[in-house]
Amino acid sequence: MPYRIKVNGRERTVDVDGDTPLLWVLRDSLDLPGAKFGCGMAQCGACTVHVDGAPTRSCVTPIESVGKAAVVTIEAMSADPIGARLQDAWVNLDVPQCGYCQAGQIMSAAALLARNPNPSDDDIDAAMNGNLCRCATYLRIRQAIKHAARGGKAAS
Amino acid sequence: MNAPAPAGGSRRLFLKTGLAAGGGLMLSFGWAAEGDAAPAAAVNAYIRIAADGTVTIVSKNPEIGQGVKTSIPMLVAEELDVDWSAVRIEQALADQGVYGRQVAGGSMATTLQWDELRRVGAAGRQMLIAAAARTWGVPASECATSPGRVRHLPTGRELGYGALAAQAAAMPPPDLKSVPLKDPKDFRIIGAPTPGVDNRAIVSGQPLFGVDVRIPGMLHATFAKCPAFGGKVARADLAAAKAVRGVRQAFVVEGGTALDGLLPGVAVVADGWWAARKGREALNIAWDEGPAAAQSSQGFARRAAELAAQPPHRTLQADGDVDDALKGAAKVVEAAYSYPFLAHAPLEPQNCTAWVRDGKVEIWAPTQNPEPGRQLVAKTLGVAAQDVTIHMTRCGGGFGRRLNNDYMVEAAWIARAAGAPVKLIWSREDDIQHDFYRPAGFHHFKAGLDKAGGLVAWRDHFVTFGEGEQYARSAGMNASQFPSRAVANYRIDVSTMPLGVPTGPLRAPGNNAFGFVIQSFIDELAHAAGEDPLKFRLKLLGEPRLLGKPGEGDSFDTGRMRGVLELVGEKSGWGRATPKGVGLGVAFHYSHLGYFAEVVEAAVSPEGAVKVRKVWVAADVGSQIVNPSGALQQVQGAVLDSIGQTLGQQIVIEAGRAVQSNFHDFPLLRMADAPPVEVHFLRTDHPPTGLGEPALPPLPPALCNAVFAACGRRIRALPIDPAALKTA
Ligand code: FES
Ligand code: FES
Repeated sequence: MPYRIKVNGRERTVDVDGDTPLLWVLRDSLDLPGAKFGCGMAQCGACTVHVDGAPTRSCVTPIESVGKAAVVTIEAMSADPIGARLQDAWVNLDVPQCGYCQAGQIMSAAALLARNPNPSDDDIDAAMNGNLCRCATYLRIRQAIKHAARGGKAAS
Repeated sequence: MNAPAPAGGSRRLFLKTGLAAGGGLMLSFGWAAEGDAAPAAAVNAYIRIAADGTVTIVSKNPEIGQGVKTSIPMLVAEELDVDWSAVRIEQALADQGVYGRQVAGGSMATTLQWDELRRVGAAGRQMLIAAAARTWGVPASECATSPGRVRHLPTGRELGYGALAAQAAAMPPPDLKSVPLKDPKDFRIIGAPTPGVDNRAIVSGQPLFGVDVRIPGMLHATFAKCPAFGGKVARADLAAAKAVRGVRQAFVVEGGTALDGLLPGVAVVADGWWAARKGREALNIAWDEGPAAAQSSQGFARRAAELAAQPPHRTLQADGDVDDALKGAAKVVEAAYSYPFLAHAPLEPQNCTAWVRDGKVEIWAPTQNPEPGRQLVAKTLGVAAQDVTIHMTRCGGGFGRRLNNDYMVEAAWIARAAGAPVKLIWSREDDIQHDFYRPAGFHHFKAGLDKAGGLVAWRDHFVTFGEGEQYARSAGMNASQFPSRAVANYRIDVSTMPLGVPTGPLRAPGNNAFGFVIQSFIDELAHAAGEDPLKFRLKLLGEPRLLGKPGEGDSFDTGRMRGVLELVGEKSGWGRATPKGVGLGVAFHYSHLGYFAEVVEAAVSPEGAVKVRKVWVAADVGSQIVNPSGALQQVQGAVLDSIGQTLGQQIVIEAGRAVQSNFHDFPLLRMADAPPVEVHFLRTDHPPTGLGEPALPPLPPALCNAVFAACGRRIRALPIDPAALKTA
C-alpha cells in the first residue's frame, strides 16, 4: 500500500509492503543509496539515518512504523551545519579506507554532536559502538569527531 | 598466495604519445611482453594534460580501501611536476590486454609501480620542457619546471603545462629507461599525507560502490544456495515465491560442482531487494546435501591429532638432522597450536549488477580480480571473453574475498535468464556462510635448546587440508618462514586431510596464521631458556645477514628485522614493570616484502576478559612511504582487524556448513575496544613495498604473548577463550 513519508524535508510517496525496511525504501524506491546495507539486523550501523533526530538503524525500521517522523539521510548532511563540519573533518583527516561504513558513522556522529557538542572519549565510544568499521578506521573517526566538535579547529 | 617476485624481465613498459581531444597532451602507456612490439590494440592507460592545465590520470587497479587510487597517481604527479589539486583520477575498465595485472592482492601495487609510473610522469615532464624550449628557441637544459609550469631560467619566462600540451604532443617521447627522475629530497607529493581522492563522494553518500549501481529498468535478485557446501536443490516452492508481491520470477539454477564457479541454487528476481528476499523465504527449499555434510571442525581437530601422532605424509624442508639434535638438546619443548577458519566479511556484502543483451554481457562489480571473473562468466555463459565488459566499482572492503568472482557469474546467469538488467545482493548470512574461508590449521612443534639457551633444532608437523600433493586453496605452507636458515637443524613436515569447505586467501594469507604459531612458540622457547623474549629473538636473528638468495621472494634480511625489533622495543619501553594483570608481548613477522615487529600491552581481568591497552608497531617497507596518511591507515587498520580476529572470530563447521551467520556471532572489533596504535616507519635503503597486509601477522602472537605475560596462561588455540584465562 502507499505510504507517505518525509525524507530530507520532502514528502515522498512509495507503494510497498508495510514490513519493508526503511533502508530498502530509501535505496530501491527513492534512489537514495547513501544509507548502506551491511547486516540487516541492527548489528553494524551502516544503514544509520535520523528519524526525528535519533540515529536509527533503517534496516530494521519497517516503513509502516515511520509515520510522520522526519527522516534525514547522509545525502542531506552537507546542508546541516554539524553534518557539514563532520564531512569536512572526515575528508581532511582522511578517515575513510574502503568508505562503506562512513555514511552510517557520520550519521551517528551527527546525532551525538547535536545533543552533546563536546563529547569525551567515553561519550564517543558509547555513541559510536553500534557502528562497525570492517577496515577499523576507529582511531581516525574519534579524531574527526573531536575535530568537528571544536568547529574544525586544530587541538589547542 | 605468496607475494610474487617483483616484475623482472617478463614485461616491458612502453609509451605512446599524441594529441588529446581538445588539444591536450596524451601519454598512453601499457605493458608488453619483453621482446614484443607494442600491442596493436588501442592503448588507453593514460595521462591527459588538457589545455586548461588539468591533468587526468587513469587508475588501473581495483580500489578496495587500500588507497591505490590515491597513492599510485601520486607517483605520476610527482615526476610530472604538477600540483596535486590539478589532478583528476579516472577508474579504468577491467582490461588485462591494456593494463596488465589488475589485481588488488599481495600488497603489490607499490612494489610493482613505484619505478614504472614515476618514469611515465618524468617522460611527460621532459616533453613539456622540450616544447617550451622550442617555443622560446632556447636549449632545454636552460629550462626547469615548477608545479604545472616550465620556466626559462636565464630570462625568467614561464609557460603553463596547459598552453604547452598540444605542442608537447609532437615531441619525441624520451627513453623510459634513461629518463631522469627526481632526487627523493625534492619530492613534494610523494611523502606528503594525502587524503583519499574519493573522500568527498564517500562522506556525502554518493553512489560509488557495487551495491549502489542503478541501471534503468533494473530488477533485484537474491540467490539461495545450499547451506551445506556442495549441496544441490532437491525441491523449491517457486509458486509461493512468485506469489509474493513484487516478485517477477523465481527459478532453479542447475549450476556445477566447482566451489568457485556457478553453484546450484534458487534465484528470485523482484522489483526491489526486499521483495526478492521475502520471495526467497517463501521458497521452502529442500536440499540434497553433498558428502561435505559429514564434515565438522571437531572432526578435523580429531583427525589432526591422529595424523600428528603418525609419520608425516611428506617433508617440505629438512636442514641438518632434527632428530639427532633433539636427542642431544639440553631442553626439549613441545607444543600443539591451532587456529580456526575465518570469514572475510567485507562490510559491503557480495553483489553484482549484470545485463546480457545481444550475446554481450555487461557487468558492474566490486571485484579485486576482474580478469578471472571475465573468464568465468564467458565460460559459464558460453560467450566470448571479449564480449564481457567489466566496470570495476569501488569495493566496500576486500581482504581477499573479492579475488573470487562467484557472485559475478551468479549475477550474469540470473540476468540472462531474467532478460533484464539485474542487481544481485547477497545477505550478510549468505556472505558469512558462503565465503572462501581462511583455512584452519594445526601445528605440532618440537624444538631443542642447548645449555646456553640457544636454539639447536626446530620441527613443525603441519596438519592441513588437501589431498596428496595438492593443498586446499591457501592451505599450503611456505617452509622458508623464519627460523628457516637461522637454525642448523630445521624440518617442516606436513600431513593433509580432505576438505569440502571452500577456502581462499584472507589478508596476509598463510602469514596471518604462521605468524601466530611461530612467534608464540618462539616465546615459549624464550621462557624455557629463561631469557627475555625480545633479547631471545635478537639472539635468534643473529648478525645482520641475508638468509636465502638476494632478490628471491623468500629471502630474509635479519638486519632489517633486528632494526624494527630494536625500534619497537625502544618505543614501547620494553622491559618496564607493568601493573598486576597487565603484560607486554612482542612478535615479529616478515611478509609481502615488509619487516614488522609489534609490541602489545594487554590486561587480563580475573574473569579472563582481555583488553588491549596499546600497540606499538615498527615497520621497514623501504626507503619511502608514498602516502603517509594512507600508510598509517593501513597499518592501524590491519592491527585493529587482527585484534578483532584474535579476540573473537571463528567459523565453526558443523554438518558441512558454517555455524556463524552475521556480526552477532562473528564479531568485528568495535570502537570502544580499539586501543591506540603507535606506528614507526624505519626508513632503509630498499625499494618501497606494500602495506595492506604485512602489519597483520605479528599482532596475534604479540597479543597472546602479552596475555601470557599478564596472567601466565599460554594461548595455543585461537580465538582467545576468556573462560580459559579465568583466575577468579
Ligand atoms: S545494515 Fe542496518 S545495522 Fe547493519
Ligand atoms: S572504511 Fe571500510 S568499513 Fe569502514
